[in-house]
Amino acid sequence: MAIAHEYRSEPLRLWGKAKELRLKYYEDYARAHERGGLRWAGGAWTLDALPLGLGEDVWGITSEPYAASIAFNKKFSLRCLEATEKAGFARDLCSYMRNYWGSVILDEYAFPEFSKQYPRPDFIFQDHICCSHAKWYQVVSDLEGGIPMFCVDVATGPAIEADGEGFRYVEMAPHAVNYLVGQCLDAIDWMQQVTGREYHDELLRRAIYDHMRSTSAWARICELQRTVPAPLDETTMYSLYVHGTLAKASRWCADFYEELLEEVQERVTRGIAAVPNEKVRVISDTQPPWGFLKVFRYLEQYGCVSIGSLYTFGLIGQWEIKADGCWGARSCPDGIEAIPAEREAMLAEYVKYEINTPEWQLFYHPRLKSAMMIKMARDWKLDGVMLHYNRGCEGLSVGIAENRLALQKAGFPVMTFEGNMGDEREFDEARVRARFDAFMETLGMKKLSA
Amino acid sequence: MIETYKNWYETRHEIAQDWKQSTGGKVLGYFCTYVPEEILYAANVLPVRVLGSHEPQNVTEPHIFAMFCPLCRDCLAQGLQGRFDYLDGIMISQSCLHMRQAFTSWDLHIPTEFSYYLPMPHHVQSERAVPFLRGELEKFQHEVEKWTDRKLTDDDLQRGIEIVNRDRELMKSVYMTRKRDDLPLSGLEAMYMVVSSQMTDKTEHARVTGDVLGMLETRSTGRKDTTRLMILGSENDDVEFVGMVEELGATIVQDDHCTGTRYFWDAVEQNGDPLTQIARRYVNRLPCPTKDWPQRRRVGRILEFAREWNAAGAIIIQQKFCDPHEIDIPAITKALQDEGLKVLFLELDVTVPVGQFKIRVEAFLEMLAEEDLF
Repeated sequence: MAIAHEYRSEPLRLWGKAKELRLKYYEDYARAHERGGLRWAGGAWTLDALPLGLGEDVWGITSEPYAASIAFNKKFSLRCLEATEKAGFARDLCSYMRNYWGSVILDEYAFPEFSKQYPRPDFIFQDHICCSHAKWYQVVSDLEGGIPMFCVDVATGPAIEADGEGFRYVEMAPHAVNYLVGQCLDAIDWMQQVTGREYHDELLRRAIYDHMRSTSAWARICELQRTVPAPLDETTMYSLYVHGTLAKASRWCADFYEELLEEVQERVTRGIAAVPNEKVRVISDTQPPWGFLKVFRYLEQYGCVSIGSLYTFGLIGQWEIKADGCWGARSCPDGIEAIPAEREAMLAEYVKYEINTPEWQLFYHPRLKSAMMIKMARDWKLDGVMLHYNRGCEGLSVGIAENRLALQKAGFPVMTFEGNMGDEREFDEARVRARFDAFMETLGMKKLSA
Repeated sequence: MIETYKNWYETRHEIAQDWKQSTGGKVLGYFCTYVPEEILYAANVLPVRVLGSHEPQNVTEPHIFAMFCPLCRDCLAQGLQGRFDYLDGIMISQSCLHMRQAFTSWDLHIPTEFSYYLPMPHHVQSERAVPFLRGELEKFQHEVEKWTDRKLTDDDLQRGIEIVNRDRELMKSVYMTRKRDDLPLSGLEAMYMVVSSQMTDKTEHARVTGDVLGMLETRSTGRKDTTRLMILGSENDDVEFVGMVEELGATIVQDDHCTGTRYFWDAVEQNGDPLTQIARRYVNRLPCPTKDWPQRRRVGRILEFAREWNAAGAIIIQQKFCDPHEIDIPAITKALQDEGLKVLFLELDVTVPVGQFKIRVEAFLEMLAEEDLF
């Protein structure tokens, strides 16, 4: 076996802080009532700047990362999944949703150090673009005896148009802007009603600005992954993108991502690699099997680094086509003053920005995801692509078979592996490793010694 | 006369091609009942619903991941096998992700002159949905005008509304006759009626339905002491299954399917701006579960149907892997059971295991009969 250590590698300095922030988030949510604050629940995709206008003592819990945390804890996850099935729900439903419902049904919190019981939210504020988004919380509301719930339908149509490998952003039609802004205005009135609190537009404005800072900074971090060697690997990126899925409109998240951007930039400048023996570069597309993240480490034995995924890049990062034709981080306004101060106008800016989220485009047509992935494959200098046929998420598996055909047609080797992001009963680790072995062989790679 | 529906259902492709040849018009295949057929009729385009053939196939595996519903794969298979080669266009109105895949793969691999994705709002319980959909319908109208090279006037739209409404009203009247103790038609006949209306020229369908309605006044199926059942769930045009249930002595008297009441129950009001009224109709119609939130409006309507049509039990049937229905089923089952109705749950695939289902349906009917004993 060849020995290959071409690059220097070192741990992230911010790693400890990243872990602390994540745990603090779950603690803040659990202890919100002790501090006289409010708790709200909603998806990681929701327009989470809106609840922040209710005050600085309002803490949320976002469903997908919470469910992924459950999935990582295999014993607890199995109990959650079985509790949901016992309640009459089908086993092929979204596995995040089933883990989450299980936690509610069992009345157990995935972070028992902060609360033994599932901390009941005071209200639900969710988006809807996947068939399961609003329905997820309709069931949570039922299970909890009727938690007030408001959902915003964000499925107003695609924000990009693709023609073969090329794509461009299109402007939202005025009636679509009005639909989203109208729902947001209704949501604010509703939040005031159900919480009895006054709403503060200046806090909303701040949250929208922080949202833009977070998503722009994260995209810039992802941009730096173009560097050879890649400063981060996919497993690390999952641990870092999560802050955006928790609270992208919070000041702490925006500050953290800007600090992280500095460190990643410094790694690039100093030539620090995530994987010291980097030889080939791949990406994946959607959520990983959370209980089996080690499979990405297995690739490193071949000198293969997965530099991220459309999921991590495109759920939290906001992007735009730059003057030189590159797909780069969407520019963040220079300061909060650039955001209009009037409620309706600031909401219009917010929805027009957020509608571009790459992951939202996947729901409309596979040609949009294919175009984005082909762009990534070229610009991020990739040797191949891995597609996770994820039984746990119909939303992000939509069109995946067509993505495979399109990527192959564009000349990129594609490996598919079947699994489930949140239900370990549907993940065959040995079989996936065997597929990885075969994929590496097709890329001409052999296992390297450490 | 009522057999005409079955004939239309079985010869759907020939019917559409004959229509095309005789009128010189365009035929559009649609993948979801949220498609505004009124605008297509206004443009003299014949909308036909793309449904499957309930036969095993091996052509969709490279295009759709196997965890998606059998219906979407069966529908795409029809296109890949060339059975809809006469279509001039295709479209979908935004509803579930499953059917969207059949549409998008068709769009990628089976060229047609016209392909349209209509972003039908999901938040239909919001007052913001009608203005949004009106905006989308206006865009759609312009695209149809470009495609057919014909400007549509408000009079054209009113004519389209009248054609579709007339057929809806007649089918609703037929459904009303199913409240009778002495049932004038079977559930299978009712299913053929509704599904064939999705595949044929509505003017002709309404003409036949008007005649059928007159005939039903004095018709009896002899099903007076039958076990009256309701059927509900995801798309269902499985005539073999419904026929089997009714051969066992039960009769389907009402439904909540997109091949049934969800398709035709609600009409467009004919006053004011036609596009606004069309938008209002699609926003307020009996919802698909993908759009039934935050309130559960389906449950209320299902219970109302069960009471008014005097159903003794309900069969909940869903396409395998149909997430929106799977999420609703526990709540609907509970609501029906709380109302005193027994429920049988079955899962559809491309083909139906009639033998196994027969045993389960027999057991269900025996259970309902035991209730009558005491």
